[in-house]
Parts: sequence; C-alpha cells; structure tokens
Amino acid sequence: MTQNAEKVIDHFELFRGENYQQMLAEKRQQFENPHDAKRVQEICDWTRSEDYKEKNFAREALTINPAKACQPLGAVFAAVGFEGTIPFVHGSQGCVAYYRSHLSRHFKEPTSCVSSSMTEDAAVFGGLNNMIDGLANTYAMYKPKMIAVSTTCMAEVIGDDLNAFIKTAKEKGSVPNEFDVPFAHTPAFVGSHVTGYDNAMKGILEHFWDGRAGLEPKTERQPTDRINIIGGFDGYTVGNTRELRRILDLMGIGYTILGDASSVFDTPTDGTFRMYDGGTPLKEVADAVHSKATVSMQEFCTEKTLAFIGAHGQAVQAFNHPIGVGATDEVLMALSRLSGRDIPDELALERGRLVDAIADSAAHIHGKKFALYGDPDLTLGLTAFLLELGAEPVHILSTNGGHHWEQKVRALLDGSPFGSEGKVYAGRDLWHMRSLLFTEPVDFLIGNTYGKFLERDSGTPLIRIGFPIFDRHHHHRYPVWGYQGGLNVLVKILDKIFDTMDANTNQPSINDYSYDIIR
Amino acid sequence: MSLAKTESVADIKARNKELIEEVLTVYPEKTAKRRAKHLNVHEAGKSDCGVKSNIKSIPGVMTIRGCAYAGSKGVVWGPIKDMIHISHGPVGCGQYSWAARRNYYIGMTGVDSFVTMQFTSDFQEKDIVFGGDKKLAKIIDEIEELFPLNRGITVQSECPIGLIGDDIEAVSRNKSKEYGGKTIVPVRCEGFRGVSQSLGHHIANDAVRDWIFDKAEAAAGDKPVFTSTPYDVAIIGDYNIGGDAWSSRILLEEMGLRVIAQWSGDGTLAELEATPRAKLNVLHCYRSMNYISRHMEEKYGVPWCEYNFFGPTKIAESLRKIASFFDDTIKEGAERVIAKYQPLVDAVIAKYRPRLEGRTVMLFVGGLRPRHVIGAYEDLGMEVVGTGYEFGHNDDYQRTAQHYVKDGTLIYDDVTGYEFEKFVERIQPDLVGSGIKEKYVFQKMGVPFRQMHSWDYSGPYHGYDGFAIFARDMDMAINSPIWKKTGAPWKTAPAPGLLAAE
Repeated sequence: MTQNAEKVIDHFELFRGENYQQMLAEKRQQFENPHDAKRVQEICDWTRSEDYKEKNFAREALTINPAKACQPLGAVFAAVGFEGTIPFVHGSQGCVAYYRSHLSRHFKEPTSCVSSSMTEDAAVFGGLNNMIDGLANTYAMYKPKMIAVSTTCMAEVIGDDLNAFIKTAKEKGSVPNEFDVPFAHTPAFVGSHVTGYDNAMKGILEHFWDGRAGLEPKTERQPTDRINIIGGFDGYTVGNTRELRRILDLMGIGYTILGDASSVFDTPTDGTFRMYDGGTPLKEVADAVHSKATVSMQEFCTEKTLAFIGAHGQAVQAFNHPIGVGATDEVLMALSRLSGRDIPDELALERGRLVDAIADSAAHIHGKKFALYGDPDLTLGLTAFLLELGAEPVHILSTNGGHHWEQKVRALLDGSPFGSEGKVYAGRDLWHMRSLLFTEPVDFLIGNTYGKFLERDSGTPLIRIGFPIFDRHHHHRYPVWGYQGGLNVLVKILDKIFDTMDANTNQPSINDYSYDIIR
Repeated sequence: MSLAKTESVADIKARNKELIEEVLTVYPEKTAKRRAKHLNVHEAGKSDCGVKSNIKSIPGVMTIRGCAYAGSKGVVWGPIKDMIHISHGPVGCGQYSWAARRNYYIGMTGVDSFVTMQFTSDFQEKDIVFGGDKKLAKIIDEIEELFPLNRGITVQSECPIGLIGDDIEAVSRNKSKEYGGKTIVPVRCEGFRGVSQSLGHHIANDAVRDWIFDKAEAAAGDKPVFTSTPYDVAIIGDYNIGGDAWSSRILLEEMGLRVIAQWSGDGTLAELEATPRAKLNVLHCYRSMNYISRHMEEKYGVPWCEYNFFGPTKIAESLRKIASFFDDTIKEGAERVIAKYQPLVDAVIAKYRPRLEGRTVMLFVGGLRPRHVIGAYEDLGMEVVGTGYEFGHNDDYQRTAQHYVKDGTLIYDDVTGYEFEKFVERIQPDLVGSGIKEKYVFQKMGVPFRQMHSWDYSGPYHGYDGFAIFARDMDMAINSPIWKKTGAPWKTAPAPGLLAAE
C-alpha cells in the first residue's frame, strides 16, 4: 500500500502496507524486548477465565477503566444551563482544559469555562488573589450575567473558603457587589460528576433563594402553580430538554427548567459564536422558589438539591432517567397530579405509537441478554426499559452507584420475570465488566464510547447510550425521554440487533440462508 | 476571504498592532499590562518574536493551557506501551485524558500493552486525610497480579499528592525491591506545578533520567542487548499521533539508518533503556524532550539534532541534516529517499496547491507545531499570518523568528479565548489550526478549522506519506461546500423586490 495523491490513503490502510508491516515487525523483534507470542496468548486467555475474574473482583485499591468522572465536570455542566453564566473553577488550570475538552468532544460544541489558574504559590498561600484577579478578569472580558464558582481538588485540599474569598473579591471590586456569584465546593475525591452537578445546582438555588449572599432578605415563599424541572447531568440534554418542554407545553403546565443547557450545547453555525445561549433566566431561577413542586429527572444527580428544595416547602419528586412506556407514564401522571392538568390525548396517542412499535419488534428483543453500565440514574432507566421490552438485563454496573442504587436496581429486577438472572455491580469498573463479559457472556452491551474496548475484546456488540459518546455524532440531539425518546432508544437497540444478525449471516453458501430480506 | 492578500506588509503590521491595542482594552489595567507582553507583530530580522513566554497564566482569562500532569502522563509517559501508568489521585485527570491523544501502538491491550487504559487510584476523602501511600503499594501489588506482562509502572502524581505529603518515591523504591528490581517510576507532575504542560515534560524527562537511565546502568547485563551499528538513531519527541512516528521511521530506515528507539509513541521500556547507545538522537518535539536529549549528550556523548518532518521542503532539509552526521552511504541514502518520494510530492502539490494557493492560516498549538507546520502550509502555497504557543519558551520563539515566520505575522503567546476570537474575527483567515476547545468556536463563526493536536482524528501528518494526508485534510476543511451555506439566503441576499424598487 503506497501513498497516492489521487486517492489519499489514511492511517486505516496505510500501515497495513507490506513496507510498514515489515518495519513494525522488525521494530518489535529487535528493540521492544517483546514477550514470547505464546506467553502473550496464554495470558490473554487467562484474563478471560473464571480464575482471573475472581482475582479481578478481589481488587481493593486499583481502579481500571472507571465509568465516572469527577465533581467539577458536573458543576460546569450545571452552570452553563443558566442565562449568561460562565463557570469559574477555582484551582489548577489543567482541570478546566480537561472539562472543556471532555464536554466538547461529546457535544461537538464549544464549552466556555474559566480557571483561577492556581500554581505553587497559591498552594502555599491559598488562592485568594487568584479569585480576586480571576473574577475581575472574567467579568471584564466575557461580560457574563453570572459567574458560577466551583473547585478542583487542589483548592479543596488546601482548604480555600469560597464564601469568604468571593466576599473579599467583591470588597476589592472584582465584580459589582450585586453581581451574582453562586458557588459550590466540589472536591474530586468525593462522589463523581453527578455529585458535582448536585452541589452546583444546590449552590445556585441557595444563592437566589436564600438572600443572594446577604444582598437581600431570604425570599418569602408564595406558592404558585408552576412546576420546576431539573434534568440532571445528561449527555442527551439537548434532545431531552426540548422534548420535556414540548410535553409540558402540551399539558399546559407553567414550568421552569432549572439548568437548561439545550441551547448552549446546540448553537447554530451561522457566522456568530455564541458564548452564551438560552439557559434558565436568572429572574426565573429566583422565582422558582415559589413553584408548587420540583421534579427531578435524575434522583442521584439531585439528592442534596431536592432536600434543599423540599425544606423550602415544595413538593419534590425524583425519577431515574425515565425511559420507555411505563417510566414515561409515571412522569406524566406525576406532572398531572402535581399541576392538576390533564394529560392530553395527543400524548396518549404518542404512547400508543410507542407501544405499537415495541409490539412490532418485541420478538427480536425478547429474551436477549444485556450487559449495561453508566451513571446510576441512566442504568436504572435503561434496566426498566429492557425489562419492559422483554429483554434480560444480566449485568448492571455503575462505578458511581452505591448501596441505595443497588437496592433500587434489585427491586426493578425482582419485579419482573425477565430480571431473574440480573446481577448488580455497584462501585465496579469496566475491567470488572470485561471479566463478566467473558465468564457470563451476554448478547449485547449498552454503554458509552469506552465500551468499544469491551466490544473489541469480548466481541459483544456495543449499543452506545450514555456519556460520553465521542465516536458517534449527534445522538445527543435526539431525546431518550418521553414516548418519542423511548422510540429513539428502541430503534438504537433494534438497529444493532439487526446489524449483528446480518453480520452473522452473510457468508455465502455457509450461513447466508438466514440473510433475510425481511426481518 | 483574506484581507492579507490585498494589503502591504506595512498595512498588515499597522492593522495587527492596532488589533493588539484593541483587544487589550477589554482587560482591567493590571491584566492589560501583563497580556501586552505576550502579544506582538513579528519584525523580520529580529532574533525572537518579541513576546514573553512560559509565564503564569492570568486567572479568569480562559487560557487554553493544561497542566504538568497533562505534560507528563498525557504527553511523555502515556505512550510508553508496555508500562502501566497510574493516574495517582482523584478519578478525573485520568478519565479526561483516557485514550484521547491518539498515540498509536501495536500490542495486545490489557495483556502486554496498556496505552488506551485508565489506571487510577481513584482517591477518596480518606486517602486525602490519611495519605495514599498504602493504597499505592496495594495498587502496585494488584497490577503485578493482574497484568503480569507489564514491564514497568509509573506513578503520575495528580494535585493532591504533593499537597498531602505522600512519599511516592519511598513506595516505588520499596516495591521495586520487592519485585526483583522492577522499574517503578514516581513522577512528581502534580498539576499545580509550573505554569503549563511544559514543566510536566521537564519533570517527566528528569524521571526517565533518574529512574530509568541510572537504574538501567546499575542493572546492566540483566537485559538482552542488541549489537550496535554505526547507523543507530533514536526518534525523540514523536508521540505517534495517528501514526506520525511510523511514517517518520520508515524514511530514516529507507535512508539506511537503524531506529533503535521511539520516544515515546509506540515506545517500550527496552527502547528507552537502549537509547544512550544511539549514535544520534533525532529530536522532533524540541519543547517536550530537549531536556533528556541534552542529558544524553552530556552524560553519554550522544549528539542530537532537531528535524522537521512536516511538508516536503522541511523533510528534505531534515533528511540531509540528519545524514550530515553520517558517512556517504547515509548521505546517498537521504538523496535516494528524497528522489523516491519526489513523484508523490509533485502529484500532491499539483493536485492540492491550486486549491489552496494564497489561503491564509492562523495557528495556536502546543509543542513544536506553531512553527513546524508552517513549511507544510507554504509547500501548498498557503500563508501563516498568525501563530502562538500554548506553552512555548523563549527558545521556541527564537526558532520561530529565525527560521519560520514572515515579517508582520501576528504573534500571541498563551492566547486567551477572548483574544483569539477577536484576532480571527478581524483577520478572517481561511483556516484556523488549533485544538478541540477552539474548534467549534471558529466553525460557528464560519471559519474552516483543523485540530492540530489530534490531526482532527486523521493523520499521520509526518513524512511524505503524511504530507499527502495533510494536504487532503486542509483542502477538505477549506473547500468544504458547507461554508457557503452559513448564511440564510433570505438574510444575506437583498430581496429582488427591493432591488426593483431602487
């Protein structure tokens, strides 16, 4: 394979050429001090064994390929969902480069976020000056309506006090006294990105509802008929938030989405870069204290936030990334109950269409075994949907799931005959999952992009649902919530099932009798 | 599209100076004063670009820079394929850098190679409070049990390690002893050290010196050693992004040299250990690996030479420069290689130059690329009108001024999000080359873009094979039909009715 100007050869093919293959073989033999090929195969086989699985599950200290990120990522995600808001992360600057890259690789969108760029001197003396200068610069340059502060682990380890620092920065004139600078401590060594989302959301609500950092008296709550909605950390926030809005509008409910990143993560290419777009208007955030109730779409993203809201006198209700017929039914009925509004026939029609689609295709999913992993709420939502489809969730894993999550998944499994083989793995990682896929194989795997390594090693076809998805484009634009979202997930699963079926039946005169034109 | 084409150098300089003044007005006074030192218009004949560099980023400005951990784990150590690199501290750093840099390698991942895996100590609150040394020791035990074919381990420190007073050196030393002299390398690359990735490179280089070279010397005789030849070279500072080191290595071998090591893309511990036996170290990314090259020169007498494998002009120049360290067989070999690839070069230029001639480019990248890729653009008839380093030092700007940029080029060191946006908005280049954080900002503005860290998931860009891909990619970005559609026709074109009325 030699390079060709007319038909340029990419890395895919280029290095398969004889010249490169020989070069690489010689490199290996002469200079890499390689292990004997037989030994490599032996160990490779052993990593797939029951014995290896036992040793793997006995790990106490080492984490390999975890399916979770750290708190500030969630805080940044939460912050960009508010009108004109720039997230400001107090601590080392490399972290912010990572959050921005991570979110941009998933959404294929810009992610604006600043750091207080703390270095060695700040480690010794604290980061107060970084906060003072940083807020002043951000305010002057990016003209935000709000700066939402969170922390990296560096600032947490040295014990910087955000409340005091922000107060001092205001006294020094970094930002006007009345300017909104909510904050949240988000130590990376506690919880995960969903915890960071929770802390940041609570920090912002606390700021607006409890006196805007001493600028105003605490708001006296005067209940209205409105409902607040919190989406949680969600890779599908663009599609999901829009779908929720459509449903709420259909029901005629007055609502506020607290943390709406659906616009800022889906700006048009029309010649203008929008650093800020959409987001919950700050006035609405302040007024949201008066709402009748708050509904969280993701319980584990909002544990502290909902407790805080509940303590302000609102009714609160949490779901677990609801996917499918039953889960959507529950959301709609809860919204109806909380708002006193009826569920319109149009939604009943959509429901019927999803049931219709599932009925049309159920035979292909029924009894198929699935492994799945992801954030606690997402895995709960997916497990419920799989059970509804007559699929069998066998391995359900969440690196950032704890005991409570485990119990909830267990309860779902116990409630269905299709859940009888299901096992739940809280706090485990994708190297554990690798063992499971060899020792107790399944038909399909559901997870984020990192699942492709599991697909490569075990041959289990991967259905990409979760965060991050780096290697497939635009799926975040489609909802997975609502009946329409359920249909999207159904089709994702079906497409992989059919593709796999075709790939396994396409050898001429060997097995292509099953290469059916109609499925 | 570009304004530069119709303006004189004096006009361009005046515009660029005005532009710098203009962006500085947004800052508070103190910040404006500090940022002014990082922005300049290049004057031909000057020995450097006239900007300050390698200085702390200013809080709150949206720097594009990363940290020392990124420089060590992400850049220098991560690609060494047969060693396991522990991201030591909380989960995030390792997660965000997991398999993101496209350091290609051949190996059985999880068995004898580990590059695209994320090993972390996933620090919890108790580890912060009580220290993580015991956990680290246990992690090393677990690695030894589950990954018996690993050739060594590195401990990549995240921020908390240095703050809580952990002694990772002691743990590494003890565990090395316990495992029969196994190579275990503690790296003090906590993210708060230094001002950017750059110190992480330096720290990582020093760790190779202290924990690989010195150890390998002490243990000489244990490892299988190859027979040296007069033509042994090592590739230093090529991370094999999209296969860059491979499309470079093939040229060196075709000219008669023998490449005994790759640092660090597709590299192995054995290659690192063998490198002091090279006759010449050829250095691509000067910024990240000049330290170890200098060390090998001082301690082992291995000379080093910088080279540039972007674009045929620089490739030919570099092949001849490298050959000049050797005898006539190699010099002839270099000429033979240049001649062999000339038809490919001619064909690539014939096809792509007409589509790219006169197009302007603005760059903002890390390492060597803010200067090294300029030649490749010029081979295609393109012009780089602005460039800057994410974490360069003054020696980078000297090399840039003396060998690469043209009179009047806008120079921006550690550019802020605001500055970069304003510069591009005003200069309206035909292409911006920068990173993932910048990509979508400029595409929204309707400006074609290529990621010049990851090659935008393409590559290789090094060597002759890579140049063809580079040329195709730049053409693809600039001449994509979508850029004609960024404006809604009913908004951009005057309505016919109005025309008639006039």
